[in-house]
Amino acid sequence: MGHVRYIERIRDYYLSQGYEKPYAWAAFDDVPFTPLKKPLAESTVTLFSTSDVSVRRGADEALPAAETTVGEVYSVPWDTPVETLYSRQESFDRYATSLDDVNSYLPLTRLQECVEAGRIGTLTADFHNINRGYSKRLMMETAAPAALEKCRESGADVAILTPV
Amino acid sequence: MPTVIIGAAKDIVLTCGVPRFVFVDFPLGSPCGEPFDVAMQRRIVGSALDLLESAEAPRAMRDMGLVWSKGQAWKDTVFTAEQPFLSEAAVKNWEARKQRYRDQKAET
Repeated sequence: MGHVRYIERIRDYYLSQGYEKPYAWAAFDDVPFTPLKKPLAESTVTLFSTSDVSVRRGADEALPAAETTVGEVYSVPWDTPVETLYSRQESFDRYATSLDDVNSYLPLTRLQECVEAGRIGTLTADFHNINRGYSKRLMMETAAPAALEKCRESGADVAILTPV
Repeated sequence: MPTVIIGAAKDIVLTCGVPRFVFVDFPLGSPCGEPFDVAMQRRIVGSALDLLESAEAPRAMRDMGLVWSKGQAWKDTVFTAEQPFLSEAAVKNWEARKQRYRDQKAET
């Protein structure tokens, strides 16, 4: 069975739900490409996702504003125990899968294992979340530069991205 | 910055165009492998690292060739009327997020 044609499927779905204007997905003719600057075994790797991951908090503790501002990129220390993390993401196929295993969308432990095995040099102190939004302009002009800045300030040589 | 995307929505990623893409043909939410399948997750992350090294030009793609262990029925039902993608509460949150963005924009 072939892959799902999400662009068609989502367009038809939201038209049927009464949303009249189909979403115009990002499409670029020119795609950038940056080769590795040094071997992975000597590289610092960082990780971004759109899983809206959070540290479990008490019911009366508010989320930090950075975690709810659309277009913002926030960071979480990589040494946070993975069992204390959860995803606030609601946009996933809740009928077919779950977000109960952080490593199935945010491979924190799997990448730590790659460091231990010598496959990659090291990881940045933090991993990051991109608070995605509907606006492509916001993603291009706000989120993307903020993500690149996170890479630079943390000394990352390589970024892995896992959109949920 | 060299990047690689591990993702499940093949048409959306290919339409956008990205430097390197590891395609995992799984339901949205599990791009890095089935929940609690550590061996599979290791293979997927390993392939992403391999692609970082082997790609020589943009739009490089590796298809993991994986099949969801509970069958393929999800492909027929995702984004259909019988399975509303977002719960009612999630639709409200989505609308609120859009409104919050409009408010953010109005403030600037």
